[in-house]
Amino acid sequence: MAIIANRKRRIGRWVLIIVLIVITFIYLIPFMYIINTAFKPWTGIKVYPPTVIFKPSIGSFIRIFTSRTVYPPGEVPTEEEISGMKWYERIVYKETNEEVVRLGDFPRRYLNSIIICSISTLITVILGTIAAYGFSRFNVRGKDDLLFFILSTRMLPPVVVVIPVFLMFRFLGLTDTHIGLILLYIAFNVSFAVWVLKGFIDEIPTEYEEAAMVDGYTRFQVFRKIVVPQATTGIAATAVFCFIFSWNEYAFAFLLSRKIAQTVPAWLPYQMGVLGYDWGAAAAGTFIFLLPAMVFTIILRKHLVRGITFGAIRK
Amino acid sequence: MASVRLASLTKIFGQVTAIDNIDLEIDDREFFVLLGPTGAGKTTTLRLVAGLEKPDQGEVYLDNVSVNDVSPALRDVAFVFQYYTLYPHYTVRQNLEFPLKPKFRRLSKSEIDAKVSEVAKILHIESLLERETVNLSGGEMQRVAIGRAIVRTPKVFLMDEPLSNLDAKLREEMRRELTRLHLDLGFTFFYVTHDQIEAMTMGDRIAVLNQGKILQIGTPDKIYNSPENVFVAKFVGSPTINLLEASIETNTLVVGKKTLVCTISETQRNSLKKYSKRELILGIRPEDIEVSREKKKADSFKCTVYFTQSMGVEDILNLRIDDIVLRAVVPPKLLTGIGDTVYASINMKRSHLFDPKTNKRL
Repeated sequence: MAIIANRKRRIGRWVLIIVLIVITFIYLIPFMYIINTAFKPWTGIKVYPPTVIFKPSIGSFIRIFTSRTVYPPGEVPTEEEISGMKWYERIVYKETNEEVVRLGDFPRRYLNSIIICSISTLITVILGTIAAYGFSRFNVRGKDDLLFFILSTRMLPPVVVVIPVFLMFRFLGLTDTHIGLILLYIAFNVSFAVWVLKGFIDEIPTEYEEAAMVDGYTRFQVFRKIVVPQATTGIAATAVFCFIFSWNEYAFAFLLSRKIAQTVPAWLPYQMGVLGYDWGAAAAGTFIFLLPAMVFTIILRKHLVRGITFGAIRK
Repeated sequence: MASVRLASLTKIFGQVTAIDNIDLEIDDREFFVLLGPTGAGKTTTLRLVAGLEKPDQGEVYLDNVSVNDVSPALRDVAFVFQYYTLYPHYTVRQNLEFPLKPKFRRLSKSEIDAKVSEVAKILHIESLLERETVNLSGGEMQRVAIGRAIVRTPKVFLMDEPLSNLDAKLREEMRRELTRLHLDLGFTFFYVTHDQIEAMTMGDRIAVLNQGKILQIGTPDKIYNSPENVFVAKFVGSPTINLLEASIETNTLVVGKKTLVCTISETQRNSLKKYSKRELILGIRPEDIEVSREKKKADSFKCTVYFTQSMGVEDILNLRIDDIVLRAVVPPKLLTGIGDTVYASINMKRSHLFDPKTNKRL
């Protein structure tokens, strides 16, 4: 009997592993497709059906980072000129017959994304933790109404409020500024942060704080030394979600920024060149764009996993 | 060290009066136990002393100074919670250091270290100092929690059912440990429990609390041997006291339809004059019923053994006389079995009589 049960369990485990591999594969298909396209040489990008095996090229990455112009007919560079080219200029010339003019807009946009998203995430998490603590621990007058009000800001799709926000931004001179988008993302994320963090802080027994207060600490010291360390899991999870939301946000970034504060999602679709839409460059840009969110999630994954199992607190 | 005084203290939560006009005085260096069932208001009382709750009425005095408006941090009391509340993100050492670290205490690193090692030595937890608190056993957590309380020599030591999470064996050990600590350190202890054995074994004095009211304050001996009312009589003592409805007829106390007739002494008779012909409650502790196989005394009554519980040192017998069931504690050598006929007599000198209307002792 034991042997059969054992065998059943072993088979069960194998089935589970196979199912997980399949699911992971399905989830990764879009991502793999992007990587695949990003590394294709210019001639291979639009081949149908798409190829999986090809000689990889970093041409697309060079194109997303540069501004280029096509050599006019008759002005083809000589052999000597070609040999004098820098390595990336040569790749571009060989693939698309273009000349690199200058560094493109991508690094600038990328920096915008990083500045706007990290600052807004940081402020959101700080505000969210303090507000959630207040709602969790004190009898705030009209607490339920306030919490509902906070939640209600997320009840409509953001696009609905685009016009009033646009008018407000124009009036205040916030259009196409970093601070404008930072404020906007904070406004959208704070409600989410307050609700998620309130759940986490509710789970921390108040006795810890009371013990610390009796031990000689003020309410704020207790918050910093006892509550925040115990809520790290929740704070990390919230930070990841807020960061990903603002990192991926398109509609507002598209409407409220043109140049100075434009983020990657708003800029990335404009990869139209003389040679048509450059899918390779778009894929390369997307791939680089995805990296920080991935890294951020991987760094905090320990906390994310613990965040899911939270509630199993030992009393 | 300090004395504690509660003066007409009242605390109301919504519709519920948790603490109802309590007056209490705890002497310096006393081991004072607040005993009561769940929901009696014991923890609330302790939290009022610590400053974790604000009273709706009345005052809390520490060393005769009102501390109503003093924050918990500055009251200089220590609190041991029912769940040990060791800070989970700190090691044992960090937990012990924590109460010493607030800036206003002005302690240097070496002073803190010295105090921590001293406390660790007292509680035999030196080997645990660098451990994570989550990996400790219940008893170890308990020691660390107590250590965190005594490390800064507080004015009063407040303990909220600290032993209720331990198993019976460990509880007994910790009872001894706490008594020893109290003797060694000479702190004022204010100890809350629902366990009457803890109260009886550890307390210098006990206050019995029920539904926010103090029913009796006294030494364990006083509480046990002359309970002021039915609740105290019933709550303290294991097995529970026998409470029977009785009435006085001439020189005897009659239970039921003459099921039990007990002679009462002259002094008792005099004090009970005005209660003659009235209903009373007769309380007899199980150990005050003498059980024998043969009829030894004139007022012994015949009864059957309903069931028995053996405790090793003694047996608890449930005896049946008509429709009355009595609990009696007997030495195990009596060797009775279920259904046996035995004779029981009540030691009336040690009986307790209560007024059924007021539940008060007569």
